[in-house]
Amino acid sequence: MAPVGPRSGDAIFANVERVNAELFTLTYGATVRQLLTDLEEVEEVNKQLDQMGYNIGIRLIDEFLAKSNVTRCVDFRETAEVIAKVGFKMFLGVTATVSNWDADGTCCSIILEDNPLVDFVELPDTCQGLYYCNILSGVIRGALEMVSMKTEVTWIRDVLRGDDAYELQVKLLKQVPEEYPYKDDE
Amino acid sequence: MGREVSESCVDSLLTEIVSTYNNRFYANKPELAARRIEAIGYQVGHQLSERYTMERPRFSDHLEAIKFICKDFWSELFKKQIDNLKTNHRGTFVLQDNRFRWLSRISTDPSVENTESQDPSAAAESKASLATMHVYFPCGIIRGALSNLGIPCAVSADISNLPACSFVVRIKA
Repeated sequence: MAPVGPRSGDAIFANVERVNAELFTLTYGATVRQLLTDLEEVEEVNKQLDQMGYNIGIRLIDEFLAKSNVTRCVDFRETAEVIAKVGFKMFLGVTATVSNWDADGTCCSIILEDNPLVDFVELPDTCQGLYYCNILSGVIRGALEMVSMKTEVTWIRDVLRGDDAYELQVKLLKQVPEEYPYKDDE
Repeated sequence: MGREVSESCVDSLLTEIVSTYNNRFYANKPELAARRIEAIGYQVGHQLSERYTMERPRFSDHLEAIKFICKDFWSELFKKQIDNLKTNHRGTFVLQDNRFRWLSRISTDPSVENTESQDPSAAAESKASLATMHVYFPCGIIRGALSNLGIPCAVSADISNLPACSFVVRIKA
């Protein structure tokens, strides 16, 4: 049961300004296509998408914190759940699931079955090696870095590469000691 | 209503596209950045226009096509219609959106006149160029949409009156 205070992903999504997903999907697709034209190397495009995602993530976290009322997560397990249930929902309108925890609780998978980024997308054979949704890995990494968690985010499964779901592995590398400008009075 | 995402997804993505092309790839060549950003918009406009006109008969003339852009098309994208349409009846149309969503967040600087004016202050200039860079994308969308309807044209924007934005469509003979 969600604790009192933090808002559910559905509630937040219902209250934010929303737009036609097609616009988003097509804009993202056109961007990837343009990057492929300009950079030519698929690996370069993967890197740029990740960088773009990172730049978005470091700003998106503010909106997330402001709208979700989520208080500081107790542990990484809670962090992952919040990303999957609240984060994805309030921005992309879909929920993800968390699984495959390691013994330490520092590494897990976030699995997305429904992904607005890829509606109507098919990759031509010339795009071998492209991680089409790589912007997502950057967003998560950037957002978490802003709340003091250094992570490594990698793709385990990708539907556009023939798998049955999108699976991102999120590995907590380091929890940087917090230096909040305003300390909570406890 | 089809699937939706939060508006911040689109805003963030657009900001990042502009930043990537204008600040990172072509830092000192804004014309090259502009062309790429416009090209991305063109793709989007072309595909959206195709989707939204699939079940319709062809437009009888240019004016009907432009009106489609002003009403149905703009509504799908921005949940509002174009506020004002003007034409010289010789192939030029001006589509005015009094509060263009994608520019409403860029703070307005009273010293910015229009996209071509020289402004001594670097800050004002960069605000102007930032706004300018942001409008290349919707200009491309309009150009792409009309191109899909068989109407080749050039599209530019007048942002001298933010947050209003006027898109100038010049149809090629």
